Amino acid sequence: MSVAGASAGSPLLAVRNLTKLFGTFAACNGIDLDIRPGEIHALLGENGAGKSTLVKMLFGVLAPTAGDILWQGAPVSIASPGAARRLGIGMVFQHFSLFEALTVAENIALSLPPGISLARVAEEAARLSHAYGLPLDPKAHVADLSVGERQRIEIVRALLQNPQLIILDEPTSVLTPQEADRLFETLAKLKGEGRSVLYISHRLEEVQRICDRATVLRHGKVSGACDPRKETPASLARMMVGSDVAAVSADGTSTKGDVLLEARDLSAAARTPFAVSLKGVSLKVHGGEVLAIAGVAGNGQGELFDALSGEYPVSKAEGVLIRNRPVGTLGITARRLIGAGFVPEERHGHAAVPGMSLSDNLVLARSQSDRKAFLGGGALGIIKSAAVRMAARRISAAMDVRKSGEDPPAGSLSGGNLQKFIVGRELDRQPAVLVVNQPTWGVDAGAASRIRQALVDLAKSGSAVLVISQDLDEIFEVATEIAVISEGRLSDVYPARDMTREKIGLLMGGMHGEAKVPEAAHAH
Amino acid sequence: MGIVEAILLTVITAATPLVLAALGELVTERAGVLNLGVEGMMIMGAVLAFAATQATGSPYVGILAGIAGGALFSLLFGFLTLTLVANQVATGLALTILGLGISGQIGEAYVGMSGTKLPQIAIPLLSDIPYLGSLLFRQDLIFYMSIALVAGTSWFLFKSRAGLKIRAIGDNHASAHALGIGVIRIRYLAVMFGGACAGLAGAQLSLVYTPQWVENMSAGRGWIALALVVFASWRPWRLLAGGYLFGAVSISQLHAQALGLGIPSQFLSALPYAATVVVLVLISHNRRTTLINTPASLGKPFVPDR
Repeated sequence: MSVAGASAGSPLLAVRNLTKLFGTFAACNGIDLDIRPGEIHALLGENGAGKSTLVKMLFGVLAPTAGDILWQGAPVSIASPGAARRLGIGMVFQHFSLFEALTVAENIALSLPPGISLARVAEEAARLSHAYGLPLDPKAHVADLSVGERQRIEIVRALLQNPQLIILDEPTSVLTPQEADRLFETLAKLKGEGRSVLYISHRLEEVQRICDRATVLRHGKVSGACDPRKETPASLARMMVGSDVAAVSADGTSTKGDVLLEARDLSAAARTPFAVSLKGVSLKVHGGEVLAIAGVAGNGQGELFDALSGEYPVSKAEGVLIRNRPVGTLGITARRLIGAGFVPEERHGHAAVPGMSLSDNLVLARSQSDRKAFLGGGALGIIKSAAVRMAARRISAAMDVRKSGEDPPAGSLSGGNLQKFIVGRELDRQPAVLVVNQPTWGVDAGAASRIRQALVDLAKSGSAVLVISQDLDEIFEVATEIAVISEGRLSDVYPARDMTREKIGLLMGGMHGEAKVPEAAHAH
Repeated sequence: MGIVEAILLTVITAATPLVLAALGELVTERAGVLNLGVEGMMIMGAVLAFAATQATGSPYVGILAGIAGGALFSLLFGFLTLTLVANQVATGLALTILGLGISGQIGEAYVGMSGTKLPQIAIPLLSDIPYLGSLLFRQDLIFYMSIALVAGTSWFLFKSRAGLKIRAIGDNHASAHALGIGVIRIRYLAVMFGGACAGLAGAQLSLVYTPQWVENMSAGRGWIALALVVFASWRPWRLLAGGYLFGAVSISQLHAQALGLGIPSQFLSALPYAATVVVLVLISHNRRTTLINTPASLGKPFVPDR
């Protein structure tokens, strides 16, 4: 099959005035886009800017409300993914569309035209995967594979169709830096063969490194088109966010109050063979302070959060003190009742029930701590819908949560917007103590900046804030004090102004005399 | 014919309807649809098979009527749950209640009538093998069909492309849709296969097991079939083995009574369910085998987002 179907310069795929409405909410609004043969074209934008909706229309998963798609100059209607594949468009989804119960070969066979035996699919997949530097065992069950290996299946699956355009939706968000490098080599190889790549990302450095041109989306509209190599990260970010990303202001003048959160020789045994045990963690957070705990993933951060929040109480009441009260043996509600707030790491299924509306999620979290405000009827506990909705609206307004509709299900919000709501849900109570685990993981720049500012502001108002994070930029932006967790042990607490990246790095790995593999930080 | 042989023959007769009904449900569930209406589809098959045999005099027409009746009845379930996206559990329960009611109505005229037993077919040469021959190769058509269907279904599910699509839909219907697989269409077919098998199982009851019509004659076998699917962890050959185990247990009530053993019959009739619970505990212990065999989207409604 000839890959260079269109003459050089004329676009392989052109999109004119493409619009998609969900109800009255325009996820994509009059988008124009050209993809030339043999280029890696970046589609940039914050979470919720309409990138995923746009590519779903290009791949026939969603039907456009209005507008045209031109393939090699001719208008086409892409009614299904099958139609997209027949045109020569392949897609690698952000959330993999793989079947865990099936083998690699079976997964690939499903996307091929019928009449090819499984044995031949397995052979071909093995050959292609090695040719593009993406080794795969066709007989392995997907359930047993790592995220990076799963992505390889998706890519090989797309390549088997011999596509002229490959769409990759946030491909590196789940990869280690090494796996990402290997992916970039594969993409360069594809480009060398004259194929085009539409690369969706909000990681600017990646886009600058591998992409020839970029189209930037904001609020469902094209807000800029450029050569990313000629831009700076700041100018790209401006196009994405619409204004300069607000730098978090943390003037170090906040006054130190009383100790509001304390851990005294806090220990907890590992609950599962893969968990880390906490070994004698001691820390103090004063009112007005933001203590940030740095560390490579899987060194006891989750366990520390569980012990501090009371999700898994510890055996010693004095292990955790909130406002000088020993609460180590108490559960999460009891701790919340004395003025603490907690934001766990997992948005979906832990901090929020994806299928339930925002107001229901609000009641679930705060029905005990704000019983008077949200529940009526005494022991009956009847939900006061009006009060709950008003609170949800207040939180959404305060945190600039963008959503479709008044009270949508939590799962319909983009990651950044849901995280803003979840953090806002706690901030709305003005907690004296706030413990947050990975507050901006997988969140776009605008939302992250908003959340960090809110944490800093809470501390300034006199509360004690503890942030567990793997993101050093974030830590230096928000922290007044910094400590490092490694293998379940916490380092001494240092003032943030005395800390450097090098020092944190040493504490992460060398503190206990054992070297840590740094890539684990991204294997999350 | 010795006593052992006689007992084994009753076990085969008791196991065949369980195997058939459960096999149909296995395919339905592999496609991600939970149809709790097996009992209702089975009893519809039983009454229609009996009625058609009475009308034409041919039990083979009766078999066809049982299959068609079960399939058509399951189509009602399919329309409600797949097209109208009604709750599968509630619809399945309703289907059972409806089937028991309608079959009683249709069967009123046939109560007490003596039926026609499906003739045995002796397979030349094989049926002359001592012991085994008279047990396995001097049987009725439905028994042969049950064995052939288990073998065919196992091959179909794990070796054919269509079977691969069924397993894919049962594992993750959203991804299957994204690949351009017709989720709803294939689920309809799987539901109808389940109905046809349940109808055939019903026909066995009114043409082989007790060749007459008795109201409510399925007597909870549809529920045992549902348990059997889980017991077999959604694999056809295990289902065949489990079906014979459950059949033996259910028939042992009669033999225990005949031999005067003091085992309460309630205990024996509860055994299949108890065994299923044990198996569930065992398979859920190993996360990986559960992940690979259990249809992950079982019972979840599918609405393509457009």
